[in-house]
Amino acid sequence: MNDVAFSKSEMMIVAAARELAGQHVCFVGVGLPNIAVNLAQRTVAPDLELVYEAGVFGARPARLPLSIGDPTIVTGSTAVTSMFELFAFYLQGGLVDVGFLGAAQIDRFGNINTTVIGDYTHPKTRLPGSGGACEIAINARQVFVIMRQSQRSFVEKIDFRTSAGNLGGAAQSERIRREGGWIGRGPSVVVTDLGIWHFGDDGEMRLDSLHPGATVDDVRGSVGWEPRISSAIKATPAPTADELRLIREELDPGGAYTA
Amino acid sequence: MRDAIADLVRDGDTVAIEGFTHLISFAAGHEIIRQGRRDLTLARMTPDLIYDQMIAAGVARKLIFSWLGNPGVGGLGAIRRRVENADPAPLELEEYSHFGMVARYTAGAANLPFFPLRSYFETDLPAANPLIREIESPYGDGKVYAVPPLKPDVTIVHAQRADAAGNTQVWGLLGCQKEAAFAAERLIVVVEELVDEAVVRADPNRTIIPGLIVDAVVVEPFGAHPSYVQGAYDRDNRFYLDWDAITRDEASIQAWLREWVYDLDGRAAYVEKLGAERIASLTPGPAPSGSVDYGRYG
Repeated sequence: MNDVAFSKSEMMIVAAARELAGQHVCFVGVGLPNIAVNLAQRTVAPDLELVYEAGVFGARPARLPLSIGDPTIVTGSTAVTSMFELFAFYLQGGLVDVGFLGAAQIDRFGNINTTVIGDYTHPKTRLPGSGGACEIAINARQVFVIMRQSQRSFVEKIDFRTSAGNLGGAAQSERIRREGGWIGRGPSVVVTDLGIWHFGDDGEMRLDSLHPGATVDDVRGSVGWEPRISSAIKATPAPTADELRLIREELDPGGAYTA
Repeated sequence: MRDAIADLVRDGDTVAIEGFTHLISFAAGHEIIRQGRRDLTLARMTPDLIYDQMIAAGVARKLIFSWLGNPGVGGLGAIRRRVENADPAPLELEEYSHFGMVARYTAGAANLPFFPLRSYFETDLPAANPLIREIESPYGDGKVYAVPPLKPDVTIVHAQRADAAGNTQVWGLLGCQKEAAFAAERLIVVVEELVDEAVVRADPNRTIIPGLIVDAVVVEPFGAHPSYVQGAYDRDNRFYLDWDAITRDEASIQAWLREWVYDLDGRAAYVEKLGAERIASLTPGPAPSGSVDYGRYG
């Protein structure tokens, strides 16, 4: 049992890490995915092969990487490759099981924007852009997303499609992916600070689990469309003392991801 | 460094200072600022702090990139002000994905008219950048996207070591250093350490750039700070965090440039100003590789 208080961010990171149980090769995106996969490697998925776009396969980071190009991802890794090899052979070659991404905006079908808020040529907010995300979304067998949800981030219509999700729905997405020879089947889970979403047969996300302290009303109030809520909604188990210790003492003692 | 930049970097050039988080030649970027280059097109996968500084200093009119930010920290204020508010002037953007940028350098290095990749499908990126084009496979097995070659007028890369002829060795993250180097018209290599040719020849698998394509070798210890050099010094994360505040305000960036770039005459002065204690705090513990036996034949 665990009676230690925890933050929404800690719950989100723990829930995302647990989703990686049973996965083998994970391509690590910028930001929150970085801490989630490093927690997973220390808990539910000790054999997880971490792929970093900077050109590392099989990273065993001794500290939480400060960025996805940190020297700790190199020391003790299985292989250091050029970025060409990483993207061409490992990702496009079909070796990645899960691409783990963050997002600024997402729509009900899991399409992602990390490029601009507002118009592309005259943006209200210029965001980082694709990085490797748009090819990860196409070539990783499935995509996991971790992000905080709000009316600004869970939107009816994203301002720019940086990375493809289930496009306009599952039927269209499956046809385009099949005809285009994509390896990726699309998004399978979105973990937020309030709950865990999976995708239904029609390609729309569905809330399947609520984190402790979050309510369905909280979820409805932080989504820009009428969200689908599972009729058999579960309660996400609270973080264990061990998960919290790993985050607080080993991975993020400075609170960069959890503050 | 002063001579290399003076001789090889010209107003209006396309300049690529590459290095993916690792091995970013801040020393070269600062020298370009000091020498007052103008109208540059700056190419780099991840513009990072160095391009925020150069763009704040007014050296560039255009940016070619794939991910724009302060890695692990936040945004780049000088670049964002130019993009969002044209403040103090517009900045032209030409935007790709990471694989797109790597593919562009690869096409440039290999003298190809384009490079095909399975990316960009069903995204808004080709509309934002019409140089990303859908093409049909000549073998009748579907569509892919093509990106054009990128051949910088000048590429500048930082490395652990080179010999006097420019044969350059790197370990740790390789980024797209090799591709950007071979794609360039002119190439400057900046190294932590100059070594004898025999050191290079004892471990040829580690050579990523042959002296054949190098126009200048500059020895500039600590020249990649605040980024890092595997085995030599860690990323100075305190500086990346400090930059988040500095970059929010034009006046504070200009004050920083005055103090750390214009008022210093080169990297040695920068390192001295940084201080021995700060530098010592960035030194990693040892983790030497095992050695291999290449064998002697004949």
